[in-house]
Amino acid sequence: MQLDSTGYIVGFAGAVCLVASVFVSGAAVALKDKQDANKILDQQKKVLTVSGLIQDANDSGSNDDEVGALEASAVQGFFSDGSVSPEFVKLPGAQGDCESLDLVSYDQKKATKEPSMSFEVEANEAKVTRLPNCAKVYRIKTDDGERLILPITAPGLWSTLYGFMAVDAADGNTVKGLIFYEHGETPGLGGEVDNSRWRGLWPGRKIFDGGSVALGVKKGQAGTPAEDPYNVDGLSGATLTSNGVTKGIHFWMGEAAYGPLLAEQR
Amino acid sequence: MSAQHGIFGKQQREALIDPLFNNNPIALQVLGICSALAVTTKLETALVMSIALTVVLTLSNVLISLLRNYIPPSIRIVVQLTVIASLVIITDQVLKAYVFEVSKQLSVFVGLIITNCIVMGRAEAYAMQNGPGMSALDGIGNGLGYSLVLLVVAFFRELLGTGKLFGVTLLNPITEGGWYNPNGLMVLAPGAFFLIGFFIWALRTWKPDQIETEG
Repeated sequence: MQLDSTGYIVGFAGAVCLVASVFVSGAAVALKDKQDANKILDQQKKVLTVSGLIQDANDSGSNDDEVGALEASAVQGFFSDGSVSPEFVKLPGAQGDCESLDLVSYDQKKATKEPSMSFEVEANEAKVTRLPNCAKVYRIKTDDGERLILPITAPGLWSTLYGFMAVDAADGNTVKGLIFYEHGETPGLGGEVDNSRWRGLWPGRKIFDGGSVALGVKKGQAGTPAEDPYNVDGLSGATLTSNGVTKGIHFWMGEAAYGPLLAEQR
Repeated sequence: MSAQHGIFGKQQREALIDPLFNNNPIALQVLGICSALAVTTKLETALVMSIALTVVLTLSNVLISLLRNYIPPSIRIVVQLTVIASLVIITDQVLKAYVFEVSKQLSVFVGLIITNCIVMGRAEAYAMQNGPGMSALDGIGNGLGYSLVLLVVAFFRELLGTGKLFGVTLLNPITEGGWYNPNGLMVLAPGAFFLIGFFIWALRTWKPDQIETEG
């Protein structure tokens, strides 16, 4: 066999590529449904966690081990029994209508990148360049009142953080929780935004001080929610991530995003 | 049992065991350092990464070995890369489907197995010259050698950096109201460099023949 003839080389390379591509695309297609289900389940879990419907992992862990082990069916249960209801909200300046979209499968992150489903916003500190026409928020009924779960982003050191903020629907001002479901911050430093103890500092804080957003992460230690309602402890060694969270909250709770929605609740 | 001895001779045992200590891909050949730095902040991610790499390495060794007499020498590296890249993508897809939480943490590093020097190195140096059976053993052996270093490094980084092992708190850190002050250096990439250095030091003290002659 002529291993170095041009015809053989081209033929061999073509055959290898063909076989490899069949296997790769086969795997991608065969596993896609399962992967998508994982992603949706992961977000749903975060929504339930931030609203307090399911308990966070044990006090000591910064991982969501317990939540992670929660059965998919149990999560689905919350979404089908009416205690969690997603709805579309039109952000200020949004065009088009949201009725034609499917609430369950709507992917806000994807929609934000789609020119036909989003619009440009003015330059801002949170580095948000586009906003979706339709923001998918959740209304969750819990034993002590209704919560609004708002998807937010924040500019971190290495990455954009994606998360949810839970706000008391009765006053549109009291924070009930904050959780990030996707980020690429340094584990142990900026990655401590996942720490359940730090997340536990958020409930009870207030967003607005006389109409403008005042809530943020401060350097050093903040007081209890009662005496220091607008500040949360900074993450040591993660100033840029901490500041990013503040900027994200200021943008998303501000006039350009959920400000009007929250004002309606009051 | 005697038949087992026939298949599993001295040569085979060496192909499997040698890469653990005598010819460790990370400690002696200093290959595959990049991922050893990146995924060793937690034991769980290090373990999944180890398994992923061992599987990819074994399969790529077998496939390359099967093809070795048909691969045109002038494009052999390209063919090796195509095989390895396909295996890695499939592995990544499987992880995303079945261990979603961990694959989120491993993020880009599973994809980077493609550029892991160990996989290419074994394909080029071993599988191109040896039969599929021996190549499989070589792949498993080198995968385990890599895993050994990764797990040792991850053990110390997770324990000293966060006070936990497999996410279970052992040393109660100050941030949780305990006594242990987590070592931030261990969490960052330089911590892994120091630990790999210590590992190599310990290994070469134990096996002095691995010390390179100077000059």
